[in-house]
Amino acid sequence: MSMRKMTYGEAVKEAMAEEMRRDPTVFLMGEDVGKAGTVFKVLLGLHDEFGDDRVIDTPIAEAGLVGLGVGAALTGSRPIVDIMFGDFIALAMDQIVNQAAKLRYMSGGQAIVPITIRSTMGAGRSSAAQHSQSLHAWLAHIPGLKVAIPSTPADAKGLFKTAVRDDNPVVIYEDKMMYALKGMVPTEEDYTIPFGQADIKREGDDITLIATSSMVHVALEAADILAEQGISAEVVDPRTLVPLDRETLIESVVKTTRAVIIDEGYKSFGITGEIASIVYNSAFDYIDAPIVRLGAMDVPVPFSKPLEDATIPTPEDVVKAVQDMKIR
Amino acid sequence: MSLPSEILIKMYRAMLRIRRFEEQIWEVYTGGLMHGLAHLYIGEEAVAVGVCAALRDDDFITSTHRGHGHCVAKGGNLEAMMAEVMGRVTGHCRGKGGSMHIADMSVGILGANGIVGGGFGIATGAALSAQKRGTDQVAVCFFGDGASNQGIFFEVMNFAAIWKLPVIYVCENNHYGEYTPTGNVTAGKSIADRSLPFGIPSTTVDGSDAIAVYEATAKAVERARKGDGATLIECDTYRYRGHHVGDPGEGYRTKEEIESWMAKDPIQQLRTKILDNNIASGAELDAEEREVEKEMENALEAAKAAPYPDVAEVNQHVYA
Ligand SMILES: Cc1ncc(C[n+]2csc(CCOP(=O)(O)OP(=O)(O)O)c2C)c(N)n1
Ligand SMILES: [Mg+2]
Repeated sequence: MSMRKMTYGEAVKEAMAEEMRRDPTVFLMGEDVGKAGTVFKVLLGLHDEFGDDRVIDTPIAEAGLVGLGVGAALTGSRPIVDIMFGDFIALAMDQIVNQAAKLRYMSGGQAIVPITIRSTMGAGRSSAAQHSQSLHAWLAHIPGLKVAIPSTPADAKGLFKTAVRDDNPVVIYEDKMMYALKGMVPTEEDYTIPFGQADIKREGDDITLIATSSMVHVALEAADILAEQGISAEVVDPRTLVPLDRETLIESVVKTTRAVIIDEGYKSFGITGEIASIVYNSAFDYIDAPIVRLGAMDVPVPFSKPLEDATIPTPEDVVKAVQDMKIR
Repeated sequence: MSLPSEILIKMYRAMLRIRRFEEQIWEVYTGGLMHGLAHLYIGEEAVAVGVCAALRDDDFITSTHRGHGHCVAKGGNLEAMMAEVMGRVTGHCRGKGGSMHIADMSVGILGANGIVGGGFGIATGAALSAQKRGTDQVAVCFFGDGASNQGIFFEVMNFAAIWKLPVIYVCENNHYGEYTPTGNVTAGKSIADRSLPFGIPSTTVDGSDAIAVYEATAKAVERARKGDGATLIECDTYRYRGHHVGDPGEGYRTKEEIESWMAKDPIQQLRTKILDNNIASGAELDAEEREVEKEMENALEAAKAAPYPDVAEVNQHVYA
């Protein structure tokens, strides 16, 4: 497979450009996605190639923007709708939850709604309570939606391309702290990653660290520290929340007998609780220690740096959780 | 020039305070003393100041992501604002809010907002509450040209019209939303026109002219206090700097355009009017400037010396 080193942001842009070249029904719309290349600048150049017709700056009107995307998807287009900050998805929830997610079912299977909604998540930029949330669990909660949450440049590209080709509404979350992250990325036109396939980012025997998005890197760092202490950690990244690759998660825990689950969404009523329950149900007889869940602290993300830092799981938190299990 | 001279001097001083505050933020940001984003108000001072000078202390405002000017004008404290932007515990919000969320309920600042259009409902609701409580308070909603495309703008105008709510919608049309020219994404001849189908009167004013803004607001306030309902004021204005501190503000705007706006600088304009009408001397205005400078220096020193909040505060204030 031919590969090229690129950043996470470049991988997203390349995925989008390839899909737009391949399929003339794909277009992108969002606030400042055009010449500005988004506020994160990750799509610079896309507008030069595809022009106003297919890379479209929109009014600041998230509900309308997503609504139009749903209508367009219903009638033969494959829109990619950009919602700058995941927090702003709140303004478009009706269109996503009551319209996009349900049209196929309510129409008895007549409709397809192949819309891709791309948005961002993650704290750590001192952006305060309305620009830092990780609310992917909201959407994973809704039948009819698929949710992808890539952690590496290669995954971002492969999952993005799959999202565009999928006939269902897909929400794909990019952690804005990862845009500059570099990695090797396959360059074939037809490189895609099927949804519902977890990826083992590091193999190990003593403990399973199940982590999503930027928390994968937190888990990998923790695994390095644990290795020095003689503990071998396996890091598993579900990559898509819906569909979720239960088998890979369960198999890993059956092998290691212990798990820590790390996700940047709120700890309460979220992804980590869901995954823990799945693992308990299927691997109960194999589990040697209570599963530990780490997530964002259940508070609005504070602005002040020391406070914000305290709300996000760190490698040290993961290491401590593992040490408390007294593996050896 | 029918306005009392105290009001003119007060407005001059308030504009200077905003300008100095924002310049200071720029230095603090480039000096690495603050994290995150800050959206500077330089160039738009006459809007916040003209509006707030026509309000009482017990009136309400809702502000935006570009909110420092509104907060200074409505009576926010420079030291507490600077401390907030720097994430210190002595800030208006104990460091929890930062630049985009400055609030001071004691002077009717119901909060800046990180959501574009986030103030529409709150301001209109504050007006509803004033009506229900039987006070003659009014609420002002500051919002941008970009925000005028959010659907909730139209929802609240309908509420305000059917219930004759004491609310004033103040649009700061600075001709851009981030990097996009307003005309590219905004239908119609003017934003002021948008209230007309609701029966809400509107007016367009030169947002570089603090006196014009004051007069338009005073009229709207009078109407609101009498129980006659809402007004929309569109202020034609411009931000000299980029969308936020990290944006140089060029590329998508021409140098000529920026300079043409700087040539009618709101602070210079008012200064000239004050001098031409012999309301104060140049020396007196210079003294104002020095005082503001001193106030700003003190505010900065105090903010710098202030501690960050204790980490134990992180889960305080989630619930009442
Ligand atoms: C709901 C929402 N959508 C998008 C944004 C990102 N954003 C922040 S400021 C801004 C532009 C706002 O333009 P305008 O209302 O004209 O205010 P200005 O910045 O020009 O003062 C945008 C799109 C946001 N903060 N909230
Ligand atoms: Mg604007």
